[in-house]
Amino acid sequence: MQSINQTLRRIPVWAIYLLGALPAPWLFYLGLTGGLGVEPIEALEHRYGELALQLLIAGLAVTPLRRHVGLNLMKFRRAIGVLTFAYVALHLLVWLVLDVQLPSQIWADILKRPYITVGMTAFLLLLPLALTSNNWSVRRLGLRWRKLHRLVYAAALLGAMHYLLLAKGFQIEPLAYLAAIIALLALRLPIPNLSLWSNRADSA
Amino acid sequence: GVGLTAMAKPAAAQDGLEPNTWEEITTYNNYYEFGTGKDDPAKYAHTLVTEPWSVTIDGLVDRPGDYDFQAILSEMTIEERIYRFRCVEAWSMVIPWNGFELADLLNMAGVQDGAKYVAFETAYRPDEMPGTRFPVLDWPYREGLRLDEAMHPLTIMATGIYDRPIPNQNGAPLRLVVPWKYGFKSIKSIVRITLTEDEPPTSWNMSNPREYGFYSNVNPNVDHPRWSQASEREIGGGLFASRKPTLMFNGYEQEVASLYEGMDLAKNY
Repeated sequence: MQSINQTLRRIPVWAIYLLGALPAPWLFYLGLTGGLGVEPIEALEHRYGELALQLLIAGLAVTPLRRHVGLNLMKFRRAIGVLTFAYVALHLLVWLVLDVQLPSQIWADILKRPYITVGMTAFLLLLPLALTSNNWSVRRLGLRWRKLHRLVYAAALLGAMHYLLLAKGFQIEPLAYLAAIIALLALRLPIPNLSLWSNRADSA
Repeated sequence: GVGLTAMAKPAAAQDGLEPNTWEEITTYNNYYEFGTGKDDPAKYAHTLVTEPWSVTIDGLVDRPGDYDFQAILSEMTIEERIYRFRCVEAWSMVIPWNGFELADLLNMAGVQDGAKYVAFETAYRPDEMPGTRFPVLDWPYREGLRLDEAMHPLTIMATGIYDRPIPNQNGAPLRLVVPWKYGFKSIKSIVRITLTEDEPPTSWNMSNPREYGFYSNVNPNVDHPRWSQASEREIGGGLFASRKPTLMFNGYEQEVASLYEGMDLAKNY
């Protein structure tokens, strides 16, 4: 694990940004040129949304991987987070501009359709996180920064719910995303028995 | 070898409808027995064996039995019907079907007096249908119509598209087409037709009765709980296609509105 971590340390963060950003224009190009099938609006919307969920899961995996596996990806966590937000924003933009199109319909949908209300809430929760993903904000906010960024847990659950709520019939894929997110959040829970036990051992 | 398209054009083949391309019609499908992705049916439906094929017609009919598909074809007059196709998911196409009127098939079997509904069933063959490994719906896929809807001249059994045999992903070898209802009512790859006295259970209604009613007539004024039905996207418009207003009964109001006279369409959705 040590050698993997050393190799990872040599990868510049900008490479992650570049690699993560590439699918956005590529998918748009495919949509323009027929590469996403005969209904490119829905396809582009779904692909951006899926990438956002995948990046969200990758970001949530950083801490458990370090704690339980010893793999250190902390250096890239901000890039993963910023990319997550970028794909959520693109997903939302495609929905607003290319899909629904009518401003009156957009507002009605946000209020009336639970899966859109849930998705919109997740976006709004991610907004302050994206805005504070810089060194100045981390210094400025101190401990409050860590608290603020716990909003990502709620946003992740809402994001998975958003997907689950829009599926027709009983489908496996949205459930798999939800399960992955719940598992990654569960790994963060302090395990009460163990901590009690170690406390007792300490005081003995 | 379709022929007879020069016969008096039914109201169905309305002027000014520009059919979608073969590629559009055959690569963007909902056929969950082959997967839930729109491109899954085109990728996986080739495994379905459609020859030989027979349709069981039973229930309240004079001549129940297993009808061989080729034998049915030899009795029927195939004509072209260019219909709008509106999916419950708010997208639409125009499809040049080839087929025959369902009424002709039902008359062949002889509908008995007590029959009020027609139930349909899709083939359920796990070995040939990879999507049925998942309980997306309670297989086999089932649909139904009221008898007057089934006997309506717009209601057809399609066996072809663009004068070619209907591809598997579109419901080979024969499927229902009810152009004023959401697409899922137009059940594919039919193996059984049962005339009944009571309203038959239907797959999407069983799965989510609040979202999918028995009637499922296209209606821009009654929203799906999760999305608006007021407008639709026509397939083939590309990335910057604008939405079009959805028409009452999918544009077949003149022909079919009388079937629902006196019914509250918001309740009987």
